[in-house]
Amino acid sequence: MFCFLLLGNCAAAAAVSSNDLIAKAHIYDGRTIEFTGEVVGDVMIRGDFAWLNINDGAQAIGVWTNKQAAEKISYVGDYTHIGDTVKVAGQFHRACPQHGGDLDIHATEILISKQGHKVKHTVNNYKFAMTVILLLAIVAVSVWSPIKKPK
Amino acid sequence: MLLRPTNEDFKIIVHYIGRLIVGLGIILVVPLITALVFNEWDRALDFSISMLLAIFFGLLLQKIFPATRDLNWSQGLAVTSISWLVAMLLGAVPLMLSGHYASYLDACFDAMSGFATTGLTLIQNLDHVAHSVNMWRHLMMFLGGQGIVVIALTFLVKGTAGAYRMYVGEAREERILPNVIQTARFIWLISLVYLVIGTVILGLIGFFEGLPLVRSFLHGSWVFMAAFDTGGFAPQSQNILYYHSLPYELATMVFMILGTLNFGLQYVVWHGNFRELFKNIETRTLFSSITIISLMTTLCLLSTYPYLMANFRKGFYHIVSAHSGTGFMTIYAPQFASEWNLPALLMTIIAMGLGGSACSTAGGIKALRIGIFFKALLQDIKIIMSPGSAIVVQKFHHIKDIILEDRLVRSALIIFISYLATYLAGALVGVAYGYPLAEASFESVSAAANVGLSAGLTSPTMPAGLKITYIIEMWVGRLEFMSIFILFGLVFARLTGARGKSH
Repeated sequence: MFCFLLLGNCAAAAAVSSNDLIAKAHIYDGRTIEFTGEVVGDVMIRGDFAWLNINDGAQAIGVWTNKQAAEKISYVGDYTHIGDTVKVAGQFHRACPQHGGDLDIHATEILISKQGHKVKHTVNNYKFAMTVILLLAIVAVSVWSPIKKPK
Repeated sequence: MLLRPTNEDFKIIVHYIGRLIVGLGIILVVPLITALVFNEWDRALDFSISMLLAIFFGLLLQKIFPATRDLNWSQGLAVTSISWLVAMLLGAVPLMLSGHYASYLDACFDAMSGFATTGLTLIQNLDHVAHSVNMWRHLMMFLGGQGIVVIALTFLVKGTAGAYRMYVGEAREERILPNVIQTARFIWLISLVYLVIGTVILGLIGFFEGLPLVRSFLHGSWVFMAAFDTGGFAPQSQNILYYHSLPYELATMVFMILGTLNFGLQYVVWHGNFRELFKNIETRTLFSSITIISLMTTLCLLSTYPYLMANFRKGFYHIVSAHSGTGFMTIYAPQFASEWNLPALLMTIIAMGLGGSACSTAGGIKALRIGIFFKALLQDIKIIMSPGSAIVVQKFHHIKDIILEDRLVRSALIIFISYLATYLAGALVGVAYGYPLAEASFESVSAAANVGLSAGLTSPTMPAGLKITYIIEMWVGRLEFMSIFILFGLVFARLTGARGKSH
């Protein structure tokens, strides 16, 4: 397993799922939590900071981190990639006062626990055959004239 | 007495449906090209199969059921209502083939949600969806917002009376221009001009907010389509929250409001008559309603979002999203139920239920009808307060001065009651499946008013019966009932009507 320390040692914090964070936001509000998931979409650099969106398989949660940490992300999840899996420790906000009430995590530590990779999508031969059959069917129906019954 | 429709009547209906199916098939070339550009070869085959399947069935229906006559009223309305179901079935094929749906029913749900510009979704693993699939999801909204029949009128059908009858079936009564084909083309002109402007604006915002150039413009075009067509789909699973961006939220708010304005109003404004914006009964009603409901929601949410900016970005944003019928979200669906109090939820339900403008891409009861009710109430008060011999004439301004007649109030009332009944029926089905009343009502109104906000009920694991209920609600809500009543009327007349020529 590939492991890369970005900001420091991951402190002991309660590991929480996205569903729990959303459903019990009042309980976790302001607390230091640990959240693990795949970085998806884009690394959005904002000045000296950056937004990451991290999906644990149920929901994606926004993570506000510093630029240096964000730049260490090698892969973000999309159609052609599985993004890096990261373990985030930081302060959870139910309605972040700094970010217009967003539910987010302000990261203090980010650890890449598994590096992402490219995904190869293979072409399905049955679909190719189906395309050819449908093309032929369209040609056939185009040249076909229904026989009209004599009145 | 109902006349029994003949076989010839049904042949004409099927023939025109065939034409619309071919049109839909041709449009699938857009996601196909997207797939080819981004080397998504397997998805390209999905779109090829879907396109060819649509063209094959469309041609076959036209060959088997040739039509020489124009459509009458009931046939035109029936073509429209059935076409939307057929569009759902065909639009769902590439979605199902993409592998992101648990079942074909789920893909149909999203296809209807897309075409009806609702925005409720059952897609899985959205963050790993191909660009071409996202293009198709958002294009469905763009097509459905303008109207599937409007597309066909623009490109496939000659200017006939039958064309107007299909156009009306799509909840569009207003002829902005004298000819219905010109009207359809004007709707497309407006939409395409806005699409270019909106894509550039959102693309630039996205780029400056940290998205790579190509993705920022792709996202810009998709989010614009969903905003202007008051749809609500987004390319990432967090919807608009994904961008964590105030400029993005402000821009989408403007586009949502733009999309909820009447195309007739846009026509006169485009021709320099800006005063119409302030005189029109519909814009007055709409903006009064948005203002009142937003203020009340802001007060209700003071304890949830104590900071002014948070209250604006969560409270006001979602009321604009709800009232315009868009369904964009910057919170997670379960937060509505877990964090918003009951009065705030009620305000959102009312905003969704009322909806935007008539002859726009918005759903719901519509501001014009609400305005007409207020004018009718005013007229009744005046009548009671006037001497018995006085004749009270009530006027309202909508593009031109119109005298308020009983038939206008009656037709508005029929649609109003139909919407209320649909909202209620959907909520009862939700409750019957064991969901709490508030959430079930929220989701039902969201589906029938084609909004797309969710309180968390809509998910791939919800019961199939509820999925079908919401599909029906989205369908009847988008077409505003009349064409669907006519469709059932035709079936009923076929079974019980007297023999005779219905044409």
